[in-house]
Amino acid sequence: MIGRARLPRGEGVWPWLAAGSLALSLLMLAGLLFLLAVRGMGHFWPSPLTLVTLEDGRLLAGQAVREERQPNAAGRERLYLTGNRDLDGAIWRWVAVDEIAEESRPRDLVVLERTRWGSFQGRLLALEERGERVEGEAAWAALQARLQELAALRAERDRLRDEIVVPLVRRMEREPLAEAELARASARIRELQARIAGGRLLLESVDGRRLEQPLEQVLRAWRPNAMSPPAKVAAWGGGVWRFLAEGPRAANSAGGVWPAIFGTVLMVLLMSVVVTPFGVLAAIYLNEIAHQGRLTHLVRIAVRNLAGVPSIVYGVFGLGVFVYGIGGSLDEWFFADQLPSPTFGTGGLLWASLTLALLTLPVVIVATEEGLARVPDHQREGALALGATRVEMLTRVVLPMTAPAMLTGVILAVARAAGEVAPLMLVGVAKLAPQVPVDGDFPFLHLERKFMHLGYHIYDVAFHGSDVQAALPLVYATALLLVLVILVLNLTAIFLRHHLRARHGALPRR
Amino acid sequence: MSVFSPRSADGGPIIDFDPVSCCLEIEGLSLAYGETPALRELTLRVPRHRVTAFIGPSGCGKSTLLRALNRLHDLNDEVHLSGRIRLEGQDIHAPEMEVAELRRRVGMVFQAPNPFPMSIYDNVAFGLRLQGGIRKRQLDDVVEWALRSSALWDEVKDRLKSSAWALSGGQQQRLVIARTLAVRPEVLLLDEPASALDPISTLKIEELIRNLKSQLTLVLVTHNMQQAARVSDYTAFLQEGELVEYGTTDTLFTNPRLARTENYITGRMA
Ligand SMILES: Nc1ncnc2c1ncn2[C@@H]1O[C@H](COP(=O)(O)OP(=O)(O)O)[C@@H](O)[C@H]1O
Ligand SMILES: [Mg+2]
Repeated sequence: MIGRARLPRGEGVWPWLAAGSLALSLLMLAGLLFLLAVRGMGHFWPSPLTLVTLEDGRLLAGQAVREERQPNAAGRERLYLTGNRDLDGAIWRWVAVDEIAEESRPRDLVVLERTRWGSFQGRLLALEERGERVEGEAAWAALQARLQELAALRAERDRLRDEIVVPLVRRMEREPLAEAELARASARIRELQARIAGGRLLLESVDGRRLEQPLEQVLRAWRPNAMSPPAKVAAWGGGVWRFLAEGPRAANSAGGVWPAIFGTVLMVLLMSVVVTPFGVLAAIYLNEIAHQGRLTHLVRIAVRNLAGVPSIVYGVFGLGVFVYGIGGSLDEWFFADQLPSPTFGTGGLLWASLTLALLTLPVVIVATEEGLARVPDHQREGALALGATRVEMLTRVVLPMTAPAMLTGVILAVARAAGEVAPLMLVGVAKLAPQVPVDGDFPFLHLERKFMHLGYHIYDVAFHGSDVQAALPLVYATALLLVLVILVLNLTAIFLRHHLRARHGALPRR
Repeated sequence: MSVFSPRSADGGPIIDFDPVSCCLEIEGLSLAYGETPALRELTLRVPRHRVTAFIGPSGCGKSTLLRALNRLHDLNDEVHLSGRIRLEGQDIHAPEMEVAELRRRVGMVFQAPNPFPMSIYDNVAFGLRLQGGIRKRQLDDVVEWALRSSALWDEVKDRLKSSAWALSGGQQQRLVIARTLAVRPEVLLLDEPASALDPISTLKIEELIRNLKSQLTLVLVTHNMQQAARVSDYTAFLQEGELVEYGTTDTLFTNPRLARTENYITGRMA
């Protein structure tokens, strides 16, 4: 009955149409997220490896990706991800379905994740290290142990390099005394490197071709057909974690997106820090101080229209004014010794944040103005009647009451800024900047550095990789992550706003 | 003091008393919003430590007059004001009179309760904190004193830190009075303070007004004739921006000199 009460028959088709379009929008949104989640997150699941025997006796091992009708024939064909780029020259293989004689899933098939040539899929014959050779099942156990050891060694090496050597090298010019420390660290790194290098694996593809694989290039190994469901879940979790926490490898076609997450969030936060005070002050001027005449009215209209300027135009503005104009002058004045290589005279975190702050300024101004207009006059008069000056009235009564509206403005600004890619390409985003712009090196936050961004990363992985097919899961996963990052940023602000509102209940309506 | 002797032949205001000690003197006050006059040549004296009521039909300029007394019109460029207002003999428009100081001395309570979005305590402490240089202990004492003076202490003493917006309308209005009392004003202007409240809250406010006159001078604008009769000592009747009749409440209500006054009062009383 409630349903009928809400959508009364007498009113014809309109309520249904309205409800239908809402449902459709929600459905599309849910569908989008579902697609991203399945395609993106499924990538990290250790899917089973099928051993395929063809009619003519040839063998291949791969993960079935999808099936299509053959272009000029009646049958269907199936795409397998076979890996082994070093043996086959390709990692994909199309197979006609009627040519398949037999499929099986032998438990001894291994998948290796390597730093070169992508993955290997096949069998492990032996592991050789320092003259010792282990074969068969024992080789698998030895490989597992050795990989763990290698991971620890690599982690220590990378930590030494990033936290000691790189900062020292940067400081070298100023502090020659750092040389001894640097030499010590370098020696330790060489020692670690020697312990990492050395071992090798003897591998065999399912069709019998052999391969000697240096062990130092192997990152992980697993036997997908022998894994229990909990082990698969653990492997999936590990994969997702590495995607979130590690930097990219192999020209962004593998590895994680941590620098891009960090860059996106940091840039958005910096932008909010810049845009909020400017937007709020501008709104206060327009609403509380300026004479409410025709000029103010015109300015207000102009501000509202500014929100509609295409973002790439802001990018051009940022490039011309911030990067070349201000950045170039800064370089001449303060970093002349480093010219002609630019410091601030090139795109970077600061200029990108400022450009986006400019882009989102109208949103914050409009939202704040609306908040100010909603503060009832009797609140202002109440403050004045107690002997408050206009500034005290603003800061102690009006602005606290406007805080939720300001946060609404910031929420809208964040939502717009986090998704912008076009202007960033002009003012500082980088294809690869494995070093995040925050580190232990003075002044800790490096505003002049280039940074990675999830939105640009999606674009780069999707269109600039050598193998789009292989990159696609990463594109989906990164897109999902971008949506989630924006969601988290927004939820934080919404939570804050709710908290502010809940403190005193809603504004009394008059 | 011939100005205050009864006079009516020329249609000028009837002023039927001679206040011994007066707190506010209004002399020839005219005020216009742009081109529209709202107050015309108003002259009257407000006696100290008494309740003076302003009555009159809606739109006759009662609020405008009240707001002139603590210079709330200053922010409105449209307002043109002439004439003189003296507080304890001092011209409130004199250059050496600081407007914030004036507003502390002449507090105001509006028609709709307007507590700030803060805790009850912070509301009452608001005016004192603006002045600065006051210690926490002192502040606590003043807040308690102000809340007791406005008969709110017993109702809120256990929840001073909770939001003022959670109070009922009547409590909010008494909180606003406490907030104003906390800065120790000499005059309290009340613009229809009970018109948005229920009868019981109204009675509480009226009792409060009667009790407060030992401490300060009160000016009350009201639409409610019974209320004016119950709480005020003197009543001024305004019409179309002009003072029509001004005298002790008793005289004005029982024995008005002018037919205009009588008509208005009987019409409203019915
Ligand atoms: N801010 C203002 N701008 C212009 N005219 C006003 C303003 N406030 C009041 N008025 C006008 O001044 C006259 C007196 O108003 P007011 O003092 O509010 O009357 P009352 O309080 O006695 O009902 C009315 O005609 C009203 O329309
Ligand atoms: Mg009024």
